[in-house]
Amino acid sequence: MNAQGKAFKYGANVDTDVIIPARYLNTADPTELAAHCMEDIDKSFVERVKPGDMIVAGPNFGCGSSREHAPVAIKASGVSCVIAPSFARIFYRNAINMGLAIMECPEAAEAINDGDELVVDFDSGVIKNLTSGSSYQAEPFPEFIKKIIEADGLVGYISKK
Amino acid sequence: MSMTMTQKILAAHAGLEQVNPGQLIEAKLDLVLGNDVTTPPAIKVFEETGAADVFDKSKVALVPDHFTPNKDIKSAEHCAMMRTFAKRFDIDNYYEQGEAEMGIEHVVLPENGLVMPGYAIIGADSHTCTYGALGAFATGVGSTDLACAMAAGQTWFRVPEAINFKLSGQLKPGVTGKDLILHIIGMIGVDGALYQSMEFTGSGVANLPMSDRLTICNMAIEAGGKNGIFPVDQITLDYLKVFAPERYERGDYTVFSADEDASYIRTIEIDLASVPLTVAFPHLPENAKAIGTFGRVDIDQVVIGSCTNGRMEDMRLAADYLKGRKVSKGLRLIVIPGSQRVYRECLREGLIEIFVDAGAVVSAPTCGPCLGGHMGILAAGERCVATTNRNFVGRMGHPKSEVYLAGVPVACASAVKGYVAGPDELL
Repeated sequence: MNAQGKAFKYGANVDTDVIIPARYLNTADPTELAAHCMEDIDKSFVERVKPGDMIVAGPNFGCGSSREHAPVAIKASGVSCVIAPSFARIFYRNAINMGLAIMECPEAAEAINDGDELVVDFDSGVIKNLTSGSSYQAEPFPEFIKKIIEADGLVGYISKK
Repeated sequence: MSMTMTQKILAAHAGLEQVNPGQLIEAKLDLVLGNDVTTPPAIKVFEETGAADVFDKSKVALVPDHFTPNKDIKSAEHCAMMRTFAKRFDIDNYYEQGEAEMGIEHVVLPENGLVMPGYAIIGADSHTCTYGALGAFATGVGSTDLACAMAAGQTWFRVPEAINFKLSGQLKPGVTGKDLILHIIGMIGVDGALYQSMEFTGSGVANLPMSDRLTICNMAIEAGGKNGIFPVDQITLDYLKVFAPERYERGDYTVFSADEDASYIRTIEIDLASVPLTVAFPHLPENAKAIGTFGRVDIDQVVIGSCTNGRMEDMRLAADYLKGRKVSKGLRLIVIPGSQRVYRECLREGLIEIFVDAGAVVSAPTCGPCLGGHMGILAAGERCVATTNRNFVGRMGHPKSEVYLAGVPVACASAVKGYVAGPDELL
């Protein structure tokens, strides 16, 4: 399982209020949510993001509110993977349940620049930066988490079982 | 091997003698909570799972509090969906607006006697960690976890490590539990307790009333914590006698305590008398500054309320500071009692009159302004001192507005002065 796309780089402690502001939580529709993804820290994200692109950010990504609408909005905007040194725990859990791939890799998160072209191999945990030529090793997902992501989330995984 | 208080509760709910940090376990749940933002997506997932019923209709709590009274058509549709679900499964703990037991979820669940020591609780709301104040394990999850837990009555956890906050002494007059937790988040940062329990111990615990403990545990998530938890003592039991008399009489609770040689990844000792009046500056709760260490910050609005500081004790404290005073000309003060019970008690004690005389608007219980939903949204460039829990970019409105987090005394003094101020300035 691989993903390829451009990096959108952000800082530390990206909270779920900026990922999807609460003023839009009167809907749970993924497409409507995606239209406002990252709006309060990057107004142009929604216009620029293409399927496969990745978010690369600082520590504690997804902190704050438990809203599952946050990983839903990111995934529905086309993002294939979020790379950060660490994730807030509720976001981590929600992302896996929603089938949004996330990778903890401090070296990659620090070295990758905005706009770099990346390839991620979820089986091996290798993150390749095609722009700089560097590659980084993240902890690959355990088998059951890989299956959840392949099944498009926990519900799909349970239904398959 | 010895265990922390959290680890003991998790072990008991997993049917295990022993659990170790990092271990993945499946645990039975005593209470599962959702609100009007998180329950609608959970209902969709619940239906996809094909579950015929909820696991136990007395152990599910559904509280419409975020965008209620319904702020727009979409919110009304969400609440209608939740109401239909609650009726269909005859959920015991569904609260309609205006009912005596209704209000903000983390204010009403303890007040309605649904939270008992030793319980394992999840809620699709990050501030579910509030209930650790009563010696329960409680943590926030997302809508999918809520749906699966409503169906199965259990969920999986990674057993957390713990930080031991060893408290001694007593808070200075005017300094509250809110100042303590903002001070702690300032010390350890917004990811200082990531994936970990925050366990409060030491002789200082006995000097913290339940309202302070609820406020402190409420904001464990703002340090990245999985849960916050206080030991069970006479203060806890006295609280239960008032708010959960039936379960208390039945002995429907278990007192767990950490082993004396429990292992913590670190211990932080805090002399409560050393905690200053504290304000968290925008845009992170860790930007804590002591009153008196910064220059004048003019403000446009003050909000007193929320699951962090919307309890009766907070209202009484606010009335103490606002009685006979007026809010600064042009400033908007919004006071939100956290529940119908608190609202009624405010009426009975004459507090609403004090707030209105001071120039405040008083709202029905709602989370409204805390998350930028309704009832007090900020324009670009506006600043608000709030007794709420988050000051992220855009949290209370426009991305260019600012939220300063504080306890009730600082909020009241700021409302009267028109800038961020400590209660000493009112003398």
